[in-house]
Amino acid sequence: MSTLSDKAADGRPATGSDAPAGGAEPSAPARDSRVGLWRMLLRDRVATAAAAVLSLIVLTAVFGPLLVGSAATEQHLDNTNQPPFTFDDGWLGVLGTDPLGQSVLARLVVAARTTFSVAAPAVALALAIGALIGMWAGYHRGLRETLAMRVADIIMSFPSLLMAVVVLYVFSPSVANLVVVLAITRIPVYLRTARAESTELQSRLFVDAARTFGTSSSAIIRRHVFPIVLPTLLTLATLEFCYVMLAESSLSFLGIGIQPPDVSWGLMVSQGRSYLQTAWWLTFFPGLAIIVTTVSATVLAAWARLATDPAQRWRLTLPRRARHRTRTAPAPQEAQS
Amino acid sequence: MTGTVLEVDGLSVDIRTPHGTVRAVDKVSFSARRGRTLALLGESGCGKSMTAQAIVSLLDPTAEVAGGRVVLDGTDLVAADEQTRRAMAGPELAIVFQDALTALNPVYTVGTQLAEPFRIHRGLSRKQARREAVDLMARVGIPEPETRVDTYPHQFSGGMRQRLLIAIAVALSPSVLLADEPTTALDVTVQAQIMHLLRELRTERDMSVVLITHDLALVAEQADEVVVMYAGNVVESGPVREVFDRPRHPYTKGLLDSVPVHAARGDDLKSIGGAPPDLHSIPSGCVYQDRCPLARDLCRTCRPEPAEVAPGRTAACHFSAEVK
Amino acid sequence: MFHFLRRRVLTSILPLVAVLLGVFVLARLTGDPASLYLPESATPDQRAAFTERNGFDDSIWQQIADYFGGVFRLDFGESLRTGESAATMALRAFPATLQLAGATMLIAVAGAVVIGSWAAFRPNSLADRIASFLSMTAASVPDFWFAITGVWIFAVGLGALPTSGVSDGMSSWVLPVATLAIRPLGVLTQVVRGAMVSALSAPYVRLARSKGAGGVRVVSHHALRNAAAPALTVAGDLTVSLVNGAVVVETIFGWPGIGKLMIDSITGRDFAVLQATVLLTAVTIFVLNIVIDVCYALLDARVRETARV
Repeated sequence: MSTLSDKAADGRPATGSDAPAGGAEPSAPARDSRVGLWRMLLRDRVATAAAAVLSLIVLTAVFGPLLVGSAATEQHLDNTNQPPFTFDDGWLGVLGTDPLGQSVLARLVVAARTTFSVAAPAVALALAIGALIGMWAGYHRGLRETLAMRVADIIMSFPSLLMAVVVLYVFSPSVANLVVVLAITRIPVYLRTARAESTELQSRLFVDAARTFGTSSSAIIRRHVFPIVLPTLLTLATLEFCYVMLAESSLSFLGIGIQPPDVSWGLMVSQGRSYLQTAWWLTFFPGLAIIVTTVSATVLAAWARLATDPAQRWRLTLPRRARHRTRTAPAPQEAQS
Repeated sequence: MTGTVLEVDGLSVDIRTPHGTVRAVDKVSFSARRGRTLALLGESGCGKSMTAQAIVSLLDPTAEVAGGRVVLDGTDLVAADEQTRRAMAGPELAIVFQDALTALNPVYTVGTQLAEPFRIHRGLSRKQARREAVDLMARVGIPEPETRVDTYPHQFSGGMRQRLLIAIAVALSPSVLLADEPTTALDVTVQAQIMHLLRELRTERDMSVVLITHDLALVAEQADEVVVMYAGNVVESGPVREVFDRPRHPYTKGLLDSVPVHAARGDDLKSIGGAPPDLHSIPSGCVYQDRCPLARDLCRTCRPEPAEVAPGRTAACHFSAEVK
Repeated sequence: MFHFLRRRVLTSILPLVAVLLGVFVLARLTGDPASLYLPESATPDQRAAFTERNGFDDSIWQQIADYFGGVFRLDFGESLRTGESAATMALRAFPATLQLAGATMLIAVAGAVVIGSWAAFRPNSLADRIASFLSMTAASVPDFWFAITGVWIFAVGLGALPTSGVSDGMSSWVLPVATLAIRPLGVLTQVVRGAMVSALSAPYVRLARSKGAGGVRVVSHHALRNAAAPALTVAGDLTVSLVNGAVVVETIFGWPGIGKLMIDSITGRDFAVLQATVLLTAVTIFVLNIVIDVCYALLDARVRETARV
């Protein structure tokens, strides 16, 4: 992390001292760079696909439950454990049915909302608290920094799942408790990152300049530190979303996360486990849903990290064709434009 | 030409950028002779470092050689396979980088890094290679080489680190030594020492030195011949004394005029108006047309090829006779 | 080095105490063990006797003082379930988890170094893209899902591997280790690749190439050692979170390790055992962090110097 930000600090590609004048980061207006970001995303087919899939999943989580209506809880005891990929019972049966005759597809859609309603607030909460404390600690250094880092170390040195197990066992598993526990265990991640960047920034000249004008430290953090730290934190949050989702699934799987009659992807895997030999689709599809969501988010985060790092951005601009050396005679002059 | 060890002929390098492919080095040609120093002179961004990187096959992944030849002792390095190039890197061709702190590997002792050329190319044992490393350190003027051989790069001063880089480069007495702005990061007194060392080694090992720099004074002091580059093109070349005494390209003249040698207090310092063209929008005619006082219609449409203007001298200007 | 170690030990005692204290208090909030360990027909007298015998009637401060006093005498209390010494139980379960974790990290690190370096050597090539995508997928697989899908395919379907237990020699290791290793392998591969990409574009690699060093030498001698630091940091964090995976995997595969013991002692309100296992885990993590710090110092002379001051 530090090597990346060091390079970014240079503000120019780390490779080659003789970068061309019109190189990777011309002083294009900020408005332009946003358009450029879109174009860059569209150029990377894998990242585009990931973004599309993720948008689809988010839309499903938000609007899907309205669409499937009560299908997720309707029991059809005459139609249990139907295998997937048949349209005999309409499109809701395409992913099979469970031992109560409920549509797996409908349940997946409803579970998506539960899964997201745990993961999204947990990530947002951890991000907000971690970023605030981290920037504050990194900006002021000294005792405040040591204290914040110590606490972060304590939380990090303890396996998060165990902490969640203990806490949820005490305070009974509910969505709110899940959110709080998952947020607390993930705060140190943002705290450390925000601190590292803010420590680096507070020694920079533009912060010094602001300080000589008598700007208050909270205003400096808000205006000068936060905007620079934000892209890194958002990329991190995307990855953390995956982590939190996996943690929620694990807890639900262990029986101390989401409780029936609510349903989440992890809980679905757990519930389908005993039917593994007779109805594999009960565990397979929820697991697949977790993987597809996580992979998409990871791909997108990896892309975003590259795209927002001036020292790395050039990698995205390479043409996709195999880059073997051209040994042909001198290239035609009009190749330049 | 007698004693020519390195001949660069029509070398072109393309870089891929988000806005398309641009030509950073355009048909550059020159030849370097044994025991002499040739300077590649130009502003930053003119493609001189890129040329050096292309010669030693160390271009960034975004750049690639688009054409031309680099002939070293009869072998064309551009056409040669990886193995041949690797076998020549060190014993035949070496490079001294600008920033010695980042160029030295921080996690190994300097002794290990100095010994590496001997280990790779001569297959010496660890012990023998270490002895060679100590000798080399002594040769480039590092005090107490016996003890310092086991220390790390960050424990050396900037000048000493540059000496280490030079030691690595000359370890196997290459025929050609490229020095890419070897003294830019150093202060003036250390600069002089380093240049002195390079000169000594050049004579002692009969190497050809290619000095890449933007420093006119350094060229005047150190080089025998100079190749002036502008926007990826060679605009003028020839013996330093002649070129500097009587430049035949308006860019060279502009550069020389901007050196405040004869300036008196209160005079305006001369400078070349404008800025070098963006590589994406290099004009179709002469690359220097936008800043040239002599530019006229012909310059807008037709790019001048380097032409011999005197024995051993070339200039790429339609009106080189008018440069005064 | 000695000063460095002493300082590390001293600064780590506080977090250890904090973790232990937290678990101690939280555990007591989970409810009264008496309701679990005595028959429902137990008289109030019997309940009082149980509570008093285990010291649960003392104030929480008294209980904390008693417990930490015991820890100093290396007395970690006894299991409510079995009456055995909690320390004995924790130490007996420990090797099984340690072996599992060791095998897992060995595979994850070795695999990540090979795949990550190979992918980084030609950034953006087809091989790199495939490796990157696969490692991202590996990092995204929920371990419990992988475990039961593995059981379904290899144990139930093909009958090639046992479904659980440790009794079948090497073959009983395959699924648990694979389950535990898949995410660390995916995450570490990405980290190694990233670190290697920046190391391979560093000036010192150019210098090495200018000496005529070949691809293998550049990767193994010059880049890898520089890329090791970030990989080491992440490997350490992954080892800590391996305990998370161990809880899941040991539950699914009936592996008699420390993760299973922890879950059992939480659900069984077996406070002494829970505290002993947590303490053991925390101390292990603490030792691991020191080992990692020593590794940093061995890898890089600059770290050695700052540590000495």
